[in-house]
Amino acid sequence: MIRLFVLLAGLAAALPAAAAFNVFACEPEWAALVKELGGDKVSAYSATHAMQDPHRIEARPSLIAKARNAQLVVCTGADLEAGWLPPVLRESGNAAVQPGRPGHFEATQFVVRLEIPLKLDRAEGDVHAAGNPHIQLDPRNLLAVAGPLAKRLGELDATNAAHYATRQQAFAEKMRQAIARWEKEAAPLRGMRVIAQHKSFSYLFNWLGLVEAGTLEPKPGIEPGSAHLAQLLTQAKTQQARLIVRTPYDSPRPGEWLAERAGIPLATLPFTVGGSERAQDLFGLFDDTLAQFRKAAP
Amino acid sequence: MHRISIIAVAASLALPAVAAGDEDLKVLREEIAQMKKSYEQRIEALEQRLAAADSAPVKSQSPQDGGTRAGTAGSFNPEVSLILQGQYRRAKDVPERSISGYWPAGHSHGGDERGLTLDHSELIVSANIDPYYRGMLNVALKDGEAEVEEAWFQTLGLGNGFTLKGGRFLSGIGYLNEQHPHAWDFADAPLMSKALFGEHYGQDGLQLKWVAPTDLFMEFGAELGRGAGFPGTDRNRNSAGASALFAHVGDDVGRSHAWRAGLSWLSTRARDREAHFEDTDAAGPNEVEGLFSGRSRTVVADFVWKWAPEGNPKQRNFKFQTEFFRRSESGDLACASGVATSPCLGGVALGDLRSRQSGGYAQAVWQFMPQWRVGYRFDWLNAGSKRYDPATVFAALDPANAYFARYRPQRHSIMADWSQSEFSRLRLQLARDKSMQGVTDNQVTLQYIMSLGAHGAHKF
Repeated sequence: MIRLFVLLAGLAAALPAAAAFNVFACEPEWAALVKELGGDKVSAYSATHAMQDPHRIEARPSLIAKARNAQLVVCTGADLEAGWLPPVLRESGNAAVQPGRPGHFEATQFVVRLEIPLKLDRAEGDVHAAGNPHIQLDPRNLLAVAGPLAKRLGELDATNAAHYATRQQAFAEKMRQAIARWEKEAAPLRGMRVIAQHKSFSYLFNWLGLVEAGTLEPKPGIEPGSAHLAQLLTQAKTQQARLIVRTPYDSPRPGEWLAERAGIPLATLPFTVGGSERAQDLFGLFDDTLAQFRKAAP
Repeated sequence: MHRISIIAVAASLALPAVAAGDEDLKVLREEIAQMKKSYEQRIEALEQRLAAADSAPVKSQSPQDGGTRAGTAGSFNPEVSLILQGQYRRAKDVPERSISGYWPAGHSHGGDERGLTLDHSELIVSANIDPYYRGMLNVALKDGEAEVEEAWFQTLGLGNGFTLKGGRFLSGIGYLNEQHPHAWDFADAPLMSKALFGEHYGQDGLQLKWVAPTDLFMEFGAELGRGAGFPGTDRNRNSAGASALFAHVGDDVGRSHAWRAGLSWLSTRARDREAHFEDTDAAGPNEVEGLFSGRSRTVVADFVWKWAPEGNPKQRNFKFQTEFFRRSESGDLACASGVATSPCLGGVALGDLRSRQSGGYAQAVWQFMPQWRVGYRFDWLNAGSKRYDPATVFAALDPANAYFARYRPQRHSIMADWSQSEFSRLRLQLARDKSMQGVTDNQVTLQYIMSLGAHGAHKF
C-alpha cells in the first residue's frame, strides 16, 4: 500500500510544470484585464465564467490545481469570493499567492466602493461588510485597477516590467477614449429607472446616472418570493421603471414574471467578459451592455 | 410662473406673521425669483463640474481607501461562527444500539436519542495567526461537556504545494470524514462511518499534504497521530499510535461536471478495546467486557461527482458520492468481569481474532430548484469473515452476541431539505434502518441547521 502511494507521488512529481507567468483570476473581467496588460507574456486562467454566480462557487479540485501553479492571483475581494477562495488558496500549498503576499491582488482595494453597509446584520441578507463587490461595470474602476495591477505584474515578473507598463499606457488611453464614447452614447439614459435582479449593477447605474427602482431579490442573496414580487410590481408602476436587468447566471423566471405583468422589457446584460456573444473583451462588454439598453429602452 | 406662485404660497405659509399685503407679496415674489435664479445657476455649475469629473480619469485610490468602515472593525478578530442544530427523531426504542456483526465503536454525538433533542452546538473560531500560520478551533457543546473536535494550526508559507497541519484535526482519509455534521447531506452519518470510527476519525498529530504541480489535481497526504480514537485505543506510548496515507485526484469535465476520487489507508493498534458482551454464566448472563488487542488496518476508496448546469449550482445541481472500505483486524480477544460466577472473572484470554469486513454507501442529492434539495442514500455492510476458535470463545461469550452475527446490515434513507438562505437549513429524513439483526426501524428525523457568523467556505 505504502509503495503504491510512493509510486503515485513519484509519478506526479515527474510530470512537468507549466513555464509561463501564470495568473489565476477569480472572475473573467480580471483575466481579460490581465490579458490586456500582459499580452503574450502571461497565461491568464479564469476560475469562473460568465454563467457562474461568483458568490456560489465550490472549491473544486481543478481550482486548487490551478492555484497551485499560479504566480499571481487576481480577485475582486471585498468578500465576493469568501465562500470558496480561502479554501482553494489554503489547499493549494502555494505560499506566493496567500492573502497579504505580493502574489495576491484584490481589485476592490483600488476603487471607491459603493453601498458599504451601515449595519452588519444577516437579517439584511448576505451583506458584504466591505461594500458592493461588483465593481467591474464602471469602466473607470477598470482604469483605476489597471495601474496597480500592471505595477504588480512588473514587480513579480521583473524581466517584463517595461512590457507591462507600456501595455498599461496603451490600455488606459484606449479605455479613456472608449469611456468618453460610451458616456456620450449613454447620455439619454440618465435618470432612467431600472429594476435589477441582485445588486449586481450598482456601479453601472452610478456611472451612467441610472436609478435603481428596486431589486428582484428582497435581500441580497435571498431568492425572490411571490409576496416581494407582487410588491415590486406596484413599485415598478409607481416608480415608472422602464427596464428590468439580470445577469446571465440569474434565473430568468422572476424577471420574466415581472416583465410580463409590469409591461416593461427584461434585458440580460453580459455582466462580465464572455457574458454574451459580443462581450468577448472588456470593450465588447460595455459596447454590448449599452446596446442592450438602447434595444430595450429606445 | 405657476410653480413660483406655488412656492410663494408655500413660503408664505411657512413664514410666520407675514402681512399679506400686495406690496409684501410683490417683494416676496421678487426675492423668490432671485433665489430660484441663483439656485439654478449654482446647480448648473455643479452639473458642469460633475460632468468634468466624470470624463476625467479616476485617480487610483490607495489601498484600503474605499473606507471599509464596517469591515475593518472586526478584521483583526478571528472569524467566529456558530452552528445550531436540533432535531425531532422518531425511532424504535432499542436499548443499546449497535450494528450487528460489527465491534461497537464507542463515540458518537448522540443523534440516536428519540423525541425532541438538541444536537451538539458547534463553535468555530479561526484566523490567520501571522503570515505563516492559520489556526482553527472547533468545539462541540453539549450539556455538561465541551468537546474539542478540532484544534489545529496549518502552515501558509511552506510553498511548493506543501501544507503541514498540526494539532487535533479530522483525518483526510475518505471523503466525508473531514466534514462536520452540519455539512452533511443527511441527518446522520453513513453506517460505514459509524462502523469504522463511531462517526469521525480524528487525529492528534501531524498531517503533511502535497499538491502536485500539474493541471490535473493530485494531492498526497500522510498523517501521524496518537491513535486514541476507535478502532485504536490510547496506548500510552512515546511513538505515534496511528498512521494514515491518502491520495486524491480530481478535475472538471467540461463546464458542468467535476469529480474527485481518493484512496486512503489507515493503520492503528488497539489494546484492550472494550465492548459490551453477554457471557455464558449458567446462573444467568452477565454483561462483561469483551477486549480486543491487535492491529487494525482500513482502506477507503471514495468518489464524488458533481453536476451543475454551466457550472452554476445556484439553480440546480446534482451530487453523487460513494465510499467503500475494507477493514482487516488481527489480534487477541479476551473478556473480563468482576462477577464471581462469570467465566470471564478476572480476565480470560479467548485466543486469536482475525476479521476482514467491508461495506460502503452511495448517495445522490439533487437540487431541483433554488432552496430545495432531495436525496437518497443506500448503506450496506458485509458480514465479512471472522476467524476465531469457537470452542474457546463460546465457552465464555454467548454466541447470540450481536458481534458474532452473520448478517448484512442495510439502510435506505431519503431526505428533503429547504434552505431559504445559505445560512439556514430545515430537513426531513425518512430511513428504513436494518442495521440490527431482527429489527426493522423506520425512522423519521426533522432537523434544523443554522449557521451564524462568519461565512462558511464551501468545500468540494
